[in-house]
Amino acid sequence: MTTPLELLSVEHLLSEEERDLRDAVAHFVDDRVRPSVADWYEDGLSSSAVRELALEAGKLGLLGMHLTGYGCAGTNAVSYGLACMELEAGDSGVRSLVSVQGSLAMFAIWKFGSEEQKQQWLPGMAAGELIGCFGLTEPDFGSNPAGMRTCARRDGDDWVLDGTKMWITNGSVADVAVVWARCADDGAVRGFLVPAGTPGFTAPKIGKKLSLRASVTSELVLEGVRLPSSAVLPEVSSLRGPLSCLNEARFGIVFGALGAARDCLAAALSYVQTREVFDKPLASFQLTQAKLADMALELQKGYLLALHLGRLKDDGTLTPQQVSLGKLNNVREALAIARECRTILGANGITLEYPVLRHANNLESVLTYEGTSEVHQLVIGQALTGQSAFS
Amino acid sequence: MKIVTLVKHVPDATADRTFTADNTTDRAGVDGLLSELDEYAVEEALKVGDAGTDVEIIALTMGPGGAEAAVKKALQMGADSAVHVVDDSLHGSDALATAQVLAAAVTKIGDVDLVLTGMASTDGGMSVVPAMIAEYLGLAHVGFVGELTVSDTAVTARRDDDAASETIEAALPAVVSVTDQINEPRYPSFKGIMAAKKKPVETWTLADLGVDSGAVGLDAALCVVREVTKRPERSAGSVVTDEGDGGTKLAEFLAAQKLI
Ligand SMILES: Cc1cc2nc3c(=O)[nH]c(=O)nc-3n(C[C@H](O)[C@H](O)[C@H](O)COP(=O)(O)OP(=O)(O)OC[C@H]3O[C@@H](n4cnc5c(N)ncnc54)[C@H](O)[C@@H]3O)c2cc1C
Repeated sequence: MTTPLELLSVEHLLSEEERDLRDAVAHFVDDRVRPSVADWYEDGLSSSAVRELALEAGKLGLLGMHLTGYGCAGTNAVSYGLACMELEAGDSGVRSLVSVQGSLAMFAIWKFGSEEQKQQWLPGMAAGELIGCFGLTEPDFGSNPAGMRTCARRDGDDWVLDGTKMWITNGSVADVAVVWARCADDGAVRGFLVPAGTPGFTAPKIGKKLSLRASVTSELVLEGVRLPSSAVLPEVSSLRGPLSCLNEARFGIVFGALGAARDCLAAALSYVQTREVFDKPLASFQLTQAKLADMALELQKGYLLALHLGRLKDDGTLTPQQVSLGKLNNVREALAIARECRTILGANGITLEYPVLRHANNLESVLTYEGTSEVHQLVIGQALTGQSAFS
Repeated sequence: MKIVTLVKHVPDATADRTFTADNTTDRAGVDGLLSELDEYAVEEALKVGDAGTDVEIIALTMGPGGAEAAVKKALQMGADSAVHVVDDSLHGSDALATAQVLAAAVTKIGDVDLVLTGMASTDGGMSVVPAMIAEYLGLAHVGFVGELTVSDTAVTARRDDDAASETIEAALPAVVSVTDQINEPRYPSFKGIMAAKKKPVETWTLADLGVDSGAVGLDAALCVVREVTKRPERSAGSVVTDEGDGGTKLAEFLAAQKLI
């Protein structure tokens, strides 16, 4: 017997270092995530658990792993993707924590921040001692961030921010929020570093979630938040800023979603061997095997796609359209696999004793954030036809 | 301070264990890894450095090609360099020959203050090599150490057994084997994994060590494996049903097995 990813002998496509880094993350997930993830999911991940997890992840080197300097490990893009895959095999919420910290919050500071801002925040964030969040989405503007209403107005040397951000991962836990706002004087979109505890800034938790429960999601409320001029990210003044951060995180999701799918398929493969129906193992029925074969096939296609995109990224030639292609396919297929595995596990599949419905529910969020499937279809459609169909 | 940690490459204990025709471990087709018990020795060496002493840690292994995997893990954890003793004539060496070769390697490394080892290998499990190396080197040996303090000139070691603990001091240089109670080995960080690639690994043959190849290997072994048999399959246990007399029944069962 072979595992779904061994079917195609893809292991040799990775360097020894890439395999070692991946295995270290797999070990981390076995050690720190799997034993508790069902409880985190049932009870909702607490803020203290996020802090603990961030410290552990920082110790390993996961946070901002593909960035260089400031205490970051400086791995290649493929290794970052593989890490996301292993983390998401644990839980999409845990992968989200690492994505948001490294690819959204840290990346924004690393790419667009001043040297002082980098020195102030990045080493602590890489170590997991400081947590960051990334506020772009608003209650009324998700897929169309250009419509954002959060506004930054000059007052002497200071900036004053007003507005609301919505669905912000790690918002209530964060020590620093990267908040994107439209500036009243020139209409440009700029990023601001808002430390937790700044007067006028609150971050209430969003409850009653049915997806990504092992992750903290929050609202960011900014009411006359006064910031010094040193709080603005100096190197970008357009939507290109937040969108290039999203492109980084999205790349991780191309791999990450496959991790969730692989974990579901592993659970289903083990279940069919021991579960007997009509006096025979479930594995011995043709309908079961057809499901398993199709799922293994999609998993491997997705993996080859992810790896190809990773190699392009390491060559410096990856385009946003290609990332859209990867995210669209891999999240969509991962969700289909998770749901199909759920059918195989029958009633057991709906419990937290098994990972399948947890992953499927998580992937609903993953399908929506970092650009919805529809938005990625529109990106690819525009690349194919030259016509924008966004509005 | 120069510390040598002995690391052994062993077959993954979770895989099926098989033997070749000459009753030596079949390494082909089985993933090898750093003997888990040696990780405690590496960790203890790293802790000496963490405590502020300027240390150079050299991971030393003897084994066939592939044994680099064991030193790789030690380097990823933080050892500075590694030595791999590999020679075709080493195949089938017993503990005495192993100790002789490793002692010669420690001598060749030179100016070693402390040799740290695990308390046994997870495959052979004999626990005798550290003491034999100490004997070859003419150094003090403290075995099965549960707590270790290293100064510039001596080690202070606590050894625990069921009845009592004793604290022993030995002058450096010394050979110390540590138990799995002494620390919790760190898991290599990304930086450690990436740095390990650039660390020097030397490969030495018996000729490099000046050890006579006739003194080692299967033919020279004083300890010979005549036969290997698989442990019998576990038989189903007996179930004691508690009908109010569960305690008595358990006691009777244990008494019948002469366990109490
Ligand atoms: C758990 C979770 C965590 C999140 N974390 C963060 C975070 O950390 N930071 C952050 O900034 N955001 C975060 N988000 C927000 C996420 O990025 C948005 O939800 C996403 O961009 C979609 O926006 P929306 O929910 O407003 O949906 P909408 O934009 O209102 O879309 C609703 C539907 O309309 C479709 N649609 C939109 N435009 C078009 C079009 N032109 N043509 C056809 N169909 C269209 C969409 O595809 C979707 O199906 C998070 C979301 C979730 C669920």
